[in-house]
Amino acid sequence: MSYIIDRRLNGKHKSSVNRQRFLRRYREHIRKAVEEAVNKRSIQDLDRGEQITIPKRDIHEPNFGHGKGGKGSVVHPGNKEFTTGDRVPKPEGGSGQGAGQGNASNQGEGEDDFVFQISQEEFLDFVFENLALPNLVRKDLKEIKEFSLKHAGIVSEGTPSKLNVVRSMRNAYARRMVMSSGSRKKLLEAEEERDAILANTSATPEEKVKLAWLDEQIELLKQKIERTPFLDTYDLRYNHHVKEPRPSSKAVMFCIMDVSGSMTQETKNVAKRFFILLYLFLNRNYEKIDVVFIRHHTSAKEVTEEEFFYSRETGGTIVSSALKLMEKIVKDRYPPDQWNIYAAQASDGDNWDDDSRICRKLMEEELVDLVQYFTYIEITPREHQSLWHAYEQVQANHPKSFAMRHIVEVGDIYPVFRDLFQRRPHESRN
Amino acid sequence: MSQETKKKSDYLSHGPDWTFELIQKYDEEIGKIAAEFGLDTYPNQIEVISSEQMMDAYASVGMPLGYHHWSYGKQFLETEQNYKRGRMGLAYEIVINSSPCIAYLMEENNMMMQALVIAHACYGHNSFFKGNYLFRTWTDATAIIDYLVFAKKYIQDCEEKYGIEEVELTIDSCHALMNFGVDRYKRPVPLSLSEEKARQDEREHILQQQVNDLWRTIPIMDHAEVEKKKERIFPSEPQENLLYFLEKNAPLLKPWQREIIRIVRKMAQYFYPQRQTQVMNEGWASFWHYTLMNELYNRGKVDEGFILEFLQSHTNVVFQPSFDASYYSGINPYALGFAIYSDIKRMCENPTDEDREWFPDIVGKPWLEVLDFAMRNFKDESFILQFLSPKVMRDFRFFGVENDSLESYVEIKEIHDDSGFQGLRQRLAQQYNLSYREPNIQVQRVNLYGDRSLILKHTMDSGRPLNDDTVEVVKHFQRLWGFDVRVESWDGDTLVKVYSSELASEL
Repeated sequence: MSYIIDRRLNGKHKSSVNRQRFLRRYREHIRKAVEEAVNKRSIQDLDRGEQITIPKRDIHEPNFGHGKGGKGSVVHPGNKEFTTGDRVPKPEGGSGQGAGQGNASNQGEGEDDFVFQISQEEFLDFVFENLALPNLVRKDLKEIKEFSLKHAGIVSEGTPSKLNVVRSMRNAYARRMVMSSGSRKKLLEAEEERDAILANTSATPEEKVKLAWLDEQIELLKQKIERTPFLDTYDLRYNHHVKEPRPSSKAVMFCIMDVSGSMTQETKNVAKRFFILLYLFLNRNYEKIDVVFIRHHTSAKEVTEEEFFYSRETGGTIVSSALKLMEKIVKDRYPPDQWNIYAAQASDGDNWDDDSRICRKLMEEELVDLVQYFTYIEITPREHQSLWHAYEQVQANHPKSFAMRHIVEVGDIYPVFRDLFQRRPHESRN
Repeated sequence: MSQETKKKSDYLSHGPDWTFELIQKYDEEIGKIAAEFGLDTYPNQIEVISSEQMMDAYASVGMPLGYHHWSYGKQFLETEQNYKRGRMGLAYEIVINSSPCIAYLMEENNMMMQALVIAHACYGHNSFFKGNYLFRTWTDATAIIDYLVFAKKYIQDCEEKYGIEEVELTIDSCHALMNFGVDRYKRPVPLSLSEEKARQDEREHILQQQVNDLWRTIPIMDHAEVEKKKERIFPSEPQENLLYFLEKNAPLLKPWQREIIRIVRKMAQYFYPQRQTQVMNEGWASFWHYTLMNELYNRGKVDEGFILEFLQSHTNVVFQPSFDASYYSGINPYALGFAIYSDIKRMCENPTDEDREWFPDIVGKPWLEVLDFAMRNFKDESFILQFLSPKVMRDFRFFGVENDSLESYVEIKEIHDDSGFQGLRQRLAQQYNLSYREPNIQVQRVNLYGDRSLILKHTMDSGRPLNDDTVEVVKHFQRLWGFDVRVESWDGDTLVKVYSSELASEL
């Protein structure tokens, strides 16, 4: 006797715990690979999985066994020209076929590295491991103007559009069963009795009378059962939804970049990577993200992504123009009580000397209070100029919502990003 | 015409698609034929799974449930990677030595493959598990699943109590010594979940007590007794079951660690027969799927297309590439086992003069009985010694090679000719002898009254040294033992090499 069981519906990820264990154990290797990948990859495909390679020797599980040397003995199939006593020179530099005693069968793959794939999700987990959003403030509930509809069970009153058909029919069915059960029982008895009389060939006249009466009863009972309403108002059930206020899960990210003549395409690419990382990072924390691109030289302008990264303009640099524009956009479109506002500014540090002072003033008096976090990265191999020094003071006064770092080359981006968003032990998150 | 339609209706199925009804029909039919041939099996439990689930099953060495460990994750990733790249197909089947005998069918396979797997696993392997003496002696098919549940739960509890890290380290070390955690000569106590649980607390307690006794450091008053004790040699005899020795005697292990050693040891013991009967087991299953499927065809249950497709699969399974082929990776156990069993049948039915000379006991006997005897009472090594015929050696064109690392050549010791058969057969049998394949390492001496260091003695065979892993494994042994451990390699009376966790020193 055999039992045949369909197990296909059982979970297929029985090994996922073991897989997690494995990833945990080789965390260091994977982290290194991820770090390299982030720096090497083109911007468009940062958001996918990665192939991880771990040297075989690091992953090998040791066992007692025979090593090379001594006298080996082995039997091979497929002899063609050998006869007893032949001596075959060993191949140069190798132990040759003769040494293949023992577990020859699983040696086929040789000393390749251990290669495997991690998913996009896992990849990003490693990228953003131990990173926290600075000042992840839940918008105060009182000010919330946002609601979401949530299921709140089943109710007996509602609008037809919210009718729950399955539940209603189920109720109707049960009610019909209950309401007609008495009649059906009687019907069954009457029918049995009638059948008994019909089967009896020598029926008395009384029984014949009874037969007529029974037929009538049966007809009546059938009608009664028929009359049980198919669907009654009691049966109807409606889905119930309630409105729940919810904390804002929207974020807007401002990308501000200097596009004056001094910014080369290379510098822009470095900046772009930083923006991308920030975007991915926010993406994992918020349901909806708007991105606003502001580029500036002597005047600032809101542009599309394409224009932002690839069009070039010449001219001087006035950083404050961008900050003013950002402030205006925030006030117009992104009320801070509903939006989490993040900003990242990239520049090579050039600015009109006079302007840096204005920037600092704008920052401290306006922007710092509007945003959750403002990051400034300066991409330059040269000495810092006035803007950097002005911002340094901002940072000193507002360490919680303003941060700045210096980047020299592409390789710096990822460490700097990690550094900027590192989870700080004292940071309380609510 | 009418006869043809009548014959057609006898076929169990048409076309490649399978359904559960068809699987049942085939199973009943194959089961019927198997019973006629006298195959004695555990009840079957056939489970249809998807390819992902098959990979899961792979990763946990085919067991339906196992404790969690990173190495299974590694194996899973490896399988997945190879499968996705098309480097390997998944095995058609996995079958578990349990009662009921669980066999997995993959949903991707067509009806012919499902029938092949049913014949191969549910009647071939199954009857082998039930009949072979090694399995009968060393494993308890009815209790294994319960024990696995127990082991998984126990290790999970340990992880909660003592941390995943701690538990993982202990299991790592146990796995490194797994092959040296089996009793070779003593029948193990049968596994039983309830007893296992009941005894567990008691065992923990008593074990610790015994260990404490061994390592008692409170001074003993009687001086003479101290003198006497000093001469006590421990262990009194060399111990070959390293894990057992650690479980019972390691001074610093916590009770739960001893229990984990025990679990790994039990698993090793459970798989021990499988490691010793590869050729016999796969050969037996292949012989029977071949016989049963052909019988289905002879009885008009399947059509020509079905049997031709089957023959192609079968030929692939029992294909033996020759040693100089690029994809050669040793002797194919399916091929060798199938050839030997088929040859026994041939010798019973159509013996030649050569067979009469070599196998006077077999020739002319009823083949079913001889085959059954051959399946029940041997392991690979003795099976080959007993039943490998000159014909099979000729067919495989076997040749024996000896490779002395000191020489610049390898020597062909014997080939498939009259003077070589005997030696060739011995050489091949030795190749399947676990005690030849694995080094001989035993616990030799513990320094009871000094630094508690422990010496493992490796007795060299044919001058073969230990492999490069040795130092790593010594470290694992040391982690469990808690004090210095070293391995001494002895060739006869000469100490050749000493491995310790620090370094390997050449003498």
